Amino acid sequence: MTEAGLAAQEAGIGVENAEPALAVEKLKTHFFTKAGVVKAVDGVSFSVKRGEVLGLVGESGSGKSITGLSIIGLIDPPGRIVSGAIRFKGQDLSKLAEEKIRQLRGDRIAMIFQDPMMALNPVLRIDTQITEAVRAHHDVDRGTALDMAREALSGVGIPAPERRLKAYPHELSGGMRQRVAIAIAFINKPDLIIADEPTTALDVTIQAQILHVAQELCRNTGTALIWITHDLAVVSAIADRIAVMYAGRIVEQGTAAEVIGSPLHPYTRGLIGSVPSHNARGKRLYQISGMTPSLLHLPPGCAFRNRCDFAGPLCSEAPPVTEPASGRRLRCFYPMKSEAVS
Amino acid sequence: MSVTEAPAAPTKEGGAAPVETPLRRFISEYSESKLAVGAAVFLLILVLLAAFAPLIAPQNPYDLAQVDVLDSRLPPGEVGFSGMAYWLGSDGAGRDLLSAMLYGLRISLSVGFLSGLIAMAIGAAVGLTAAYIGGRVESLIMRIVDLQLSFPAILVALMLIAVLGKGVDKIIIALVTVQWAYYARTVRGSALVESQKEYVEAARCLGLSHARIVFRHILPNCLPPLIVVATVQAAHAIALEATLSFLGVGLPQTEPSLGLLISNGFEYVLSGKYWISTFPGIALLVTIVTINLVGDQLRDVLNPRLAR
Repeated sequence: MTEAGLAAQEAGIGVENAEPALAVEKLKTHFFTKAGVVKAVDGVSFSVKRGEVLGLVGESGSGKSITGLSIIGLIDPPGRIVSGAIRFKGQDLSKLAEEKIRQLRGDRIAMIFQDPMMALNPVLRIDTQITEAVRAHHDVDRGTALDMAREALSGVGIPAPERRLKAYPHELSGGMRQRVAIAIAFINKPDLIIADEPTTALDVTIQAQILHVAQELCRNTGTALIWITHDLAVVSAIADRIAVMYAGRIVEQGTAAEVIGSPLHPYTRGLIGSVPSHNARGKRLYQISGMTPSLLHLPPGCAFRNRCDFAGPLCSEAPPVTEPASGRRLRCFYPMKSEAVS
Repeated sequence: MSVTEAPAAPTKEGGAAPVETPLRRFISEYSESKLAVGAAVFLLILVLLAAFAPLIAPQNPYDLAQVDVLDSRLPPGEVGFSGMAYWLGSDGAGRDLLSAMLYGLRISLSVGFLSGLIAMAIGAAVGLTAAYIGGRVESLIMRIVDLQLSFPAILVALMLIAVLGKGVDKIIIALVTVQWAYYARTVRGSALVESQKEYVEAARCLGLSHARIVFRHILPNCLPPLIVVATVQAAHAIALEATLSFLGVGLPQTEPSLGLLISNGFEYVLSGKYWISTFPGIALLVTIVTINLVGDQLRDVLNPRLAR
């Protein structure tokens, strides 16, 4: 088992320099509402390699979910992708015809949703829901699809898969349902999975199990994973790299160790400071003052400056993207002087 | 990076309890009312009576060789010249009323259910399409539905029958035209709610076709309100058909439904021969009340707003 794990890890390192599974370049997704243009995603760039887990972190309304939906091509009017490119397997998903992208969905790109209570159809049995995911994209008979379903369920650690296949979603616990959702996402061995807060609705012990399962599957299949969450504890447990979003932009990205260990952006530091930890018992928890700004009326310049303790005169201009270290990107004029950097 | 087998252990085991399918839960909830169970059983008996009318009925009321005009207008229980006992009496043409009612029930029920089924299929398809596509298509479809529902059902049906003429098929066309809009409105309402739910988005993320999402994922979740409307509308259809027949524009004399039997006996009521109209009337009343009782309980069980 350890050998297999190591081998998978080596394989992961082996493809380090290969072309990324997904590269998002200057993506802008805007919503043209009656009240005005909401720039939900405003110039986001990142890439994910095969077998890599990217944590996309941000508060509610920071545009992280819309980024995910843009990639999979499910932005409904009044929203649309205004500019930018989503490079995936040599194609630009943002310019692909609806029918073409539909064929990729569920086959090459899969999605896992937040609430496993809602993401499974309450009136269809588990076997139906798994096999239709297979048969929508592959010409296999029902028996073969059922075999794959059984295998997928044991792959995500569901005991007695034969009986679970015949069950309806309401007969399973929340953790079980999320495992089923993960099994469905992985069943066609996609190149990319977008997981939108998949553990938020689960309790902590189940969260850890789900994280473990997802991480294992990615390592073993080489699937790239984008893990969207607001929970830094979760992201530090699973992600190889982290991108922090604020008001439609990525303000900081780097490896998980860099971003968590020595955050450069004041917002990232604020987020980390506001996670309760047992080392700081009795101390007052740090709180980022103010509210997330309305995306309708973003102030010019840095969107975070009104809540920032370190804002300076330059912040009324939009900060450019800088690269303080290789693979590390930042949007801030006054990066934090953290231990590792100084 | 070493693999632990932790996730397999602490998960809930369902035990050996029987699988609770939605159908089983539905049946147990339905059975909470004894009256409703009685109504359902009685409805089943009515359907069986109607289905096997040719085997049960003492006489084939359409076979002129079996009908004796000399035996016309006999009171209930009388034995006629042919030596046959007329348990519910006979009508103006000498037909055994019990047999005529069994055949009439057969026609009334089949017209009611068939038109209900067709109207449901059309209405559900239209309503689902409207809800799923949305935008202008939806507005257009729903305004047509509104327009249809703003006319009294009996008026539209009368007009159609006047144009189309008599006959079972014409009556069904008229009833479908009158009723599809109810189904369309109901389905569209619940389909709108369902299509906002996450499982629909999850289905889209699986790359399923639109047809599959609409009919395999959304439609089954819209069934509860649809079933309730269907039972109520089936009862309405039977009543409407009886009304049309009573007015003499429904079914031809050769295929008497319950409504036509009532109409046939109407002229004799004042001369004391009450049974020719009364017994078919009671049969019609009992049929409609039974269907409505079943429909009421279905509504209670299937209505998501009534917390159980």
